[in-house]
Amino acid sequence: MTTTTVSRRAKREIVAPPFQWSAILERAEAAGEPDWIIELRQQAWAIYESMPMPNQRDEAWRRTDYSHINWNSAGHYAIPNGATVEHIPAENRAPLIGDEQGGLIAWVDGKLVHRELNEKITKQGVIFTDLHTAIREHGDLVKKHLFQKALKASEGKFAALHAAAWTHGLFIYVPRNVVVELPLHSIFYSEQTGATLGHVLIVLEEGAQATILHEYLSPEGDNHTSYIGGTELLVGRAANLRYVSLQSWGHNMYEFSHGRGHVSRDGQLDWIVGSMGSKLTKSFMQISLDEQGAWGRMSGMFFADGTQLLDHDTYQTHSAPHTTSDLLFKAALKDEAHSVWRGNIRVMPGAIKTDGFQANRNMLMSDTARADSIPGLEIEADDVRCTHAATVGQMEEEYIFYLMTRGVPRIEAERLFLNGYFWDVLERIPFEDVQNRLLADVDRKLLGMHTAKNK
Amino acid sequence: MGATLEIRNLHVSINGTPILKGVNLTINQGETHALMGPNGSGKSTLAYALMGHPAYTVDAGQVIFDGEEVLELEADERSRLGLFLAFQYPVAVPGVSVANFLRSAINARRKSQNPEDQGISIPQFRKLLTQKMDLLGIDHKFAGRYLNEGFSGGEKKRNEILQLATLEPRVAILDETDSGLDIDALRIVADGVNKLKGPDLGILVITHYKRMLDYLQPQHIHLMMDGRIVESGGPELAEEVELAGYKPFFEKHGVEATEE
Repeated sequence: MTTTTVSRRAKREIVAPPFQWSAILERAEAAGEPDWIIELRQQAWAIYESMPMPNQRDEAWRRTDYSHINWNSAGHYAIPNGATVEHIPAENRAPLIGDEQGGLIAWVDGKLVHRELNEKITKQGVIFTDLHTAIREHGDLVKKHLFQKALKASEGKFAALHAAAWTHGLFIYVPRNVVVELPLHSIFYSEQTGATLGHVLIVLEEGAQATILHEYLSPEGDNHTSYIGGTELLVGRAANLRYVSLQSWGHNMYEFSHGRGHVSRDGQLDWIVGSMGSKLTKSFMQISLDEQGAWGRMSGMFFADGTQLLDHDTYQTHSAPHTTSDLLFKAALKDEAHSVWRGNIRVMPGAIKTDGFQANRNMLMSDTARADSIPGLEIEADDVRCTHAATVGQMEEEYIFYLMTRGVPRIEAERLFLNGYFWDVLERIPFEDVQNRLLADVDRKLLGMHTAKNK
Repeated sequence: MGATLEIRNLHVSINGTPILKGVNLTINQGETHALMGPNGSGKSTLAYALMGHPAYTVDAGQVIFDGEEVLELEADERSRLGLFLAFQYPVAVPGVSVANFLRSAINARRKSQNPEDQGISIPQFRKLLTQKMDLLGIDHKFAGRYLNEGFSGGEKKRNEILQLATLEPRVAILDETDSGLDIDALRIVADGVNKLKGPDLGILVITHYKRMLDYLQPQHIHLMMDGRIVESGGPELAEEVELAGYKPFFEKHGVEATEE
């Protein structure tokens, strides 16, 4: 008689996507990229090649199994198919406040399809364009910031791949003391199967101020698709950036991304993320408070259903005294959805009198949903105040019952409760229409549960 | 003729433990009844069971309201039929404002009567809510606050009464609405209830304390012990309880004394 030991979950081999340096170089040359950009790509590619694919033995990936991704479809550059801006849903293109917006820029499958900027903002010297144009027209500015201070290829396998193979990018530059009154709006839309690797580079000089909404979207599809992204937010001294980033990918999308914000003396970065879509999202986000008086806040709302996995690794890094960071991430999970949040507040030596806070709340709406919440503190300075709070709870019947006793049907009571749950994050998004759009997304997902139940 | 709430031989258990052991009680629209009794006698269980809380299992009995079998209805349907429960411990619902919630509740009522209904208009609703807040002497800022979040004990109870005033039920159960209130807060809440009293509202007030009854002046007093109503009478019954406590009643009805 033989005994066989069967591991509870057979692990698939993790294979690397089929990117090749020759194809990257060919694209870069075809786009007429200057040598210094190609060098940046090549350095990143060398780092990429030197690193193994991350797997569940790595602490940051322990809870995230992406081995089911089909790189045969998700690992080749998506080929733009002549789509125009009209392919992007109209509600996402709508002006953010009344009938005005400062500017709208949009890509489909990595190809720039639309760019408009309010004349007044143009006159203020604001640059609002795609990264390739910026490299051509403002090479020195881009050179100073792209993959320099914030995001580095060495941060991880996907960061390196992104830095080597990026396909398109948004570049926003707000000069010294310029206040952009109207919000700027940018959209990365993916329609074709394959990979897009988008970059966001936003630079606010000293005393500048801007509010920016960036959206990631794709329709539902059958073939695995990937987005390997990078975001760099550079907030100068006493500058103020409010950056709202919303993700509503189709359920066939795998996202691997790295985002970094740096805040200089007395600057403020208010970073809000909302994720509803994707099959799997693995996102690393960091706010670095580099100089005295810097303030940074990260807020997140996540609603996952089906077998979605939304995984966020956040860092609040205090490198200087008298800096403040605040994080509030809220997730709701139904069906067999899974969320992971791993958050770290890091206080570097000498960063005294800092104040760091993080709170992660998770609401499970089914017995099979799961949330992992792992807060962490690494404090290397004295005289700091750092606190964290993490909870995982059910959607309590007590609340639903209370609302129902006033005549509100169950589904409406759950909707009210869930909208209320997300409200403290939603109210940080300064556009009512966008808030309503997100609430409508929440409703749609919630109703999906009830249709499934009634089947 | 007004509606009648009729409770017949109601048996209710929680997790297999019987709590109500045959409750009979009839409340007509327009009447005010008080239910007194020691802790653990089943008063709050009766309130929750009447409203349809899922943790309470009805083992036997009937509840008829305006000719309808209440026990077969969900909590929201009972509410729309005209039943109301003012909670002893209302939960806080962050992010949902009092106004937003009440508007949803009103719209749910309208929609159940007419599926085509587009809901109450905002100005019309604002007018209604303002009128109710003024009637109860409630600050208008209340409407914008999140439901019970950060409310004091008195504010929570006033919020319950504001919901009662706005939803205009036919029979309202007030579950220990006087508990945890100081004398001033109690007076404000009781004054509010008195303003709503009238031929269209039946009230069942659950309380330990006679001071609430001094304000509300119920015509009918019921005494509950060990899951049954053991005595019913007029205001004199409340006087007796006030003077002698529950002890003589335990002895009289052969009920093992619980805490008082």
